[in-house]
Amino acid sequence: MSLHDKDRIFTNLYGFQPWNLKSAQMRGDWDNTRDLMKRGQDAIIEEIKASGLRGRGGAGFPTGLKWSFMPKEPRADRPSFLVINADESEPGSCKDREIIRHDPHKLIEGALIAGFAMRARAAYIYIRGEFIREAETLFAAVQEAYDAGLLGKNAAKSGYDFDVFVHRGAGAYICGEETAMIESLEGKKGQPRLKPPFPAGAGLYGCPTTVNNVESIAVVPTILRRGAPWFSSFGRENNKGTKLFQISGHVNTPCVVEEEMSIPFRELIDRHCGGIRGGWDNLLAVIPGGSSVPLVPAAEIMDAPMDFDGLKAVGSGLGTAAAIVMDKSTDVVQAISRISYFYKHESCGQCTPCREGTGWMWRVMERLRTGDADISEIDTLYDVTKQIEGHTICALGDAAAWPIQGLIKHFRPEIERRIRDNGGVLEAAE
Amino acid sequence: MADAPQIPDEAETRARWGAFAWSAENAEKAKTVIARYPAGRQRSAVMPLLDLAQRQVGAETQTQGWLPVPVIEYVAAQLDMPFMRAYEVASFYTMYNLAPVGRYHVQVCGTTPCLLRGSDDVMAACKNRGMTKGKTTPDGLFTLTEVECMGTCTNAPMVQINDDNYEDLDFDRMAAILDALAAGETPKAGTQIAGRHTSEPEGGPTTLKEMVKVNHDYRKEW
Repeated sequence: MSLHDKDRIFTNLYGFQPWNLKSAQMRGDWDNTRDLMKRGQDAIIEEIKASGLRGRGGAGFPTGLKWSFMPKEPRADRPSFLVINADESEPGSCKDREIIRHDPHKLIEGALIAGFAMRARAAYIYIRGEFIREAETLFAAVQEAYDAGLLGKNAAKSGYDFDVFVHRGAGAYICGEETAMIESLEGKKGQPRLKPPFPAGAGLYGCPTTVNNVESIAVVPTILRRGAPWFSSFGRENNKGTKLFQISGHVNTPCVVEEEMSIPFRELIDRHCGGIRGGWDNLLAVIPGGSSVPLVPAAEIMDAPMDFDGLKAVGSGLGTAAAIVMDKSTDVVQAISRISYFYKHESCGQCTPCREGTGWMWRVMERLRTGDADISEIDTLYDVTKQIEGHTICALGDAAAWPIQGLIKHFRPEIERRIRDNGGVLEAAE
Repeated sequence: MADAPQIPDEAETRARWGAFAWSAENAEKAKTVIARYPAGRQRSAVMPLLDLAQRQVGAETQTQGWLPVPVIEYVAAQLDMPFMRAYEVASFYTMYNLAPVGRYHVQVCGTTPCLLRGSDDVMAACKNRGMTKGKTTPDGLFTLTEVECMGTCTNAPMVQINDDNYEDLDFDRMAAILDALAAGETPKAGTQIAGRHTSEPEGGPTTLKEMVKVNHDYRKEW
């Protein structure tokens, strides 16, 4: 059971070949896009629904279903928008960058087809500010598409008018949250909005808007060309398709690779990453889906299938499929404490539990790292994470709480050992 | 707020930057940027215009650039928005420098994936050259900042210096890059491992091997 090269969507993932339009067309992009669009809006949405594609940005919401929430007949004074989330900032994630700098035309073609299917007037691609060279490539690729008549009036001779604009961010993780992204696109601070109203009702400029991840959009043309049954032949039920995995940390050869959903963790690492540094016995824990999901200890992750349900079953999540691998040389408390610092830095400051709580949790984590604490403080910290989780407008508060909860759940003896070694109070240890 | 930037003296800044205006080339670019957004929604252009302004200041001062208050006022006026609305954007996003920086802004990623692969060594190489976090070196060449995840995790650890990424670093590779920059050279951007191309596994890709040599069309095998 292994994915063949012919079934990989992102064939120029590593950028060995040029990204430009001519090379992309030789690889099969923009091949008769008009005919794909001629199938009609509802047929495209049905095909995507049937393919089982779930959003690739982390939450895993079914993509076709999301599109179907958009108004069927947008009013002239209230056009619909597609916003493509390229604000890839989740620690561990680096897949959208590869799509944008090496295969941008898959994304642009996908934007046209998806925008057409949801009856949008234009797409804005929101790319994170730090992707400077990547944004240069994307601007140039969009210009190529305009020059070739693939975008703009009568895009790709389909009779449909559609624009694609690129908007650069400026360094704020929170803009990856869909309503914060919309605020940022409107020229404001990126602070998430309360929902409802959901973006499909009132989003960008108050108009109906759908926000999709780069990978979710870029796979659409290939799914339509090869058909829903092809895409859904990969992965387990409810977890269909191929997926870009990103493996960083203590493996021998970290890499980005497209594999079948539900591939067991061990197979993924052995096949593409040269195994764990120092062998499988040296594996300590893995954060399987980007920093926002709880870590999983070695014994539980080794044979877990890498998909939404498989990782949920071990108390974590697929997230963006960015596995951060830690071997036994890792100071696991420091690793999680650094993630707490990340969330402290990236909290937008709107909701009090997150603004104050992320800083507080980080300061306690730093004391637990050195053992300069009392054992009862572990429970206090756990309680505070529960106070933050679910009490904020967006999920950043949850994302800051979960890694700490995962650490306490799995590595409590290690934290207690440090406190004891430091001469801390022992009353709660017994 | 302890690590908030020290905003320079206002009278001095106003004397130097009060007459800021777009260069001819940037005036054209600004028009193109504003045209990306619907009529009446020009405020959406505040982020790209602040970036453009910072780059122009950078070109005039031979640094990465920063945003003096009069420059933010200029951008706000062009977009017909209150100064405070533009200022809060400038202070919210980390890529806008509210205080002057050096010729090279050395931004070392220190988040967990880079930490696991040795970002402390990269930071040590910077400190070894006399840099201090949050400060500019006395010769005005380097400003050192620790930044959060830059989205290059499979090529960790990494640093972004002005517009380019340098990836797969260690102490020696980082020292070599800083030496080259100090000598006025342009080091090769991207991965610093000889033989590695981008994010494929070191030692050669495990998938899509045909693509290394030719632009292979896999459709024939569908």
